[in-house]
Amino acid sequence: MNVKKEIAFSPEALALVHKLLSRYPDGKQKSALLPILHLAQTEFDGWLSPEVMDYVACLLNIQPVEVYEVASFYSMFNLKPVGKCLIEVCRTGPCWLMGAEDVVKYIEKKLGIKDGQTTPDGMFTLKTVECLASCGTAPMMQIGETYHENLTPEKIDDILGNYEMLNERVTHWDKKHIKA
Amino acid sequence: MPKKLLLKHLEVPGIQSLDVYRQQGGYENLKKALSMVPDAITEEVKKSGLRGRGGAGFPTGMKWSFLAKPPGVPRYLVCNADESEPGTFKDRYLMQRIPHLLLEGMIISSFALGANTSYIYIRGELMYVYHILQKAIDECYAAGLLGKNIMGSDYSLHLHVHCGAGAYICGEETALIESLEGKRGNPRIKPPFPAVKGLWGCPTVVNNVETIAAVVPIIEMGGDAYAAIGVGKSTGTKLISASGHINKPGVYEIELGVPVEEFIYSDEYCGGVRNGNKLKAVVAGGSSVPILPGDLILKTTKGEPRLMTYESLADGGFQSGTMLGSGGFIVMDETASIVKNLWNFTRFYHHESCGQCSPCREGTGWMEKILHKILDGHGEMKDIDLLWDIQSKIEGKTICPLGDAAAWPVASAIRHFRYEFEELIKSGGKVNRPAYATHAG
Repeated sequence: MNVKKEIAFSPEALALVHKLLSRYPDGKQKSALLPILHLAQTEFDGWLSPEVMDYVACLLNIQPVEVYEVASFYSMFNLKPVGKCLIEVCRTGPCWLMGAEDVVKYIEKKLGIKDGQTTPDGMFTLKTVECLASCGTAPMMQIGETYHENLTPEKIDDILGNYEMLNERVTHWDKKHIKA
Repeated sequence: MPKKLLLKHLEVPGIQSLDVYRQQGGYENLKKALSMVPDAITEEVKKSGLRGRGGAGFPTGMKWSFLAKPPGVPRYLVCNADESEPGTFKDRYLMQRIPHLLLEGMIISSFALGANTSYIYIRGELMYVYHILQKAIDECYAAGLLGKNIMGSDYSLHLHVHCGAGAYICGEETALIESLEGKRGNPRIKPPFPAVKGLWGCPTVVNNVETIAAVVPIIEMGGDAYAAIGVGKSTGTKLISASGHINKPGVYEIELGVPVEEFIYSDEYCGGVRNGNKLKAVVAGGSSVPILPGDLILKTTKGEPRLMTYESLADGGFQSGTMLGSGGFIVMDETASIVKNLWNFTRFYHHESCGQCSPCREGTGWMEKILHKILDGHGEMKDIDLLWDIQSKIEGKTICPLGDAAAWPVASAIRHFRYEFEELIKSGGKVNRPAYATHAG
């Protein structure tokens, strides 16, 4: 196995990996793949490089292709680097009825990027996503684990301003939940 | 005041925590259930008339009774918390506000089914709710409500929460099982049904969050009393997610049988259409069900007021009716473009098709492109018939119901709003947000 040395979970994350693995019967450790890939995105800069996926395959004792085929199926896994702050704007049905298109246009103009692009400073990536089960509080967007709802241009300015000030990587499995 | 069974304690401060939940009588029904014979619980659920709240509306007690019980083989209960149907957000609401209601329902249901390990599969985007559930589960283990010898009984259960990673298809139960096994969410061919061969090849029941939560009040009041609420075969209460062009979007627990008109216009519920606008159309049960024009959602073709029940919403079949589905109630006022909304939904299904079956994989893409062409001003009249033709060749021809879910919105939009397609085509896409009356002519 051609795994680069520097790719390894932190001790805290590794402890959590073992906790996750214990939830499934013996021999069914592959079941933990999705949660562990979320952890991997948190631990390794918000995306899954081939090397990271190989590392996860090693951990679970499965073939690398079993990880690639899964990682490429689910929309939350990033197979390319993303900005520190991944902005996921819901574009479906009720959100669209309530102005999701305007939200996307506003963010595109504000940040000078299009859907799917990252700002040159690597701070923000904009991505439109399908329904996030927040239709009663539309339009909305998700950043990390947080739902930002009932969006207006002013709210968007505040929210993005805060993340810019924070200047830290934000991921779905927030790092505050990775404890020993 | 309408009866509330699931959201009864919603406003109690701190109800998220085990202590406060127990102060409100929480886990008393578990205690009661553990004193019953497991099959007696299934019997109460059967008597209650409870139907699957995820969208299919299949009788829950019957689903439970199909579970194979070969000796020495583990059985599993899996809660479907993959809520992804556009317009639906009730499960998220319930889990984040009253997590212990779901957990109590899970423990009771697992006991009834003889499962000693159960899982809650929650969509990955709801990661913050995942952690709310995990905290609630940890509280239960510490209090002896999970683990070995629950509440001093002989019964032991391990309950785990498991997160997905963004795939609508994983709400389909066999895709969910595949995903829980760490694979792509490709639905399985049935039979065998999960009740015989499910998770890791073992007998498995998959139930929606709201369905499992409803088991708690059923144990509390008894199946007969639960069945007395509602109308006919639509028993009990249902959580409705109301969104779109209404004054008061949100989650409402209704007794099944509330008139649709009351649901839309009463201050108790949606509070009317925004800005006093005219009601143009409603998608009553999540994006997959047929869209109905305002007049048809309020009254059946027989002129009877339509009720929020499985049967009344379906009255008239697909010619003039729709479905209660997941209870994702999306309201559109006169400013909405039916064609553009349909394009949006169709793009969704194209994006979410798992790609196993050609009619769905290819057909959803074709429909999205044709709708885009019409909206872009290049539509031809024959495109409407082509759309009709494509949807008819997806429906019923795929492994899972995603194909049907993609076809029905197209068919119903053409059936009820054909004039709007024609207007767009004739005008070269210029009429984009028409304030049409609900019927042409």
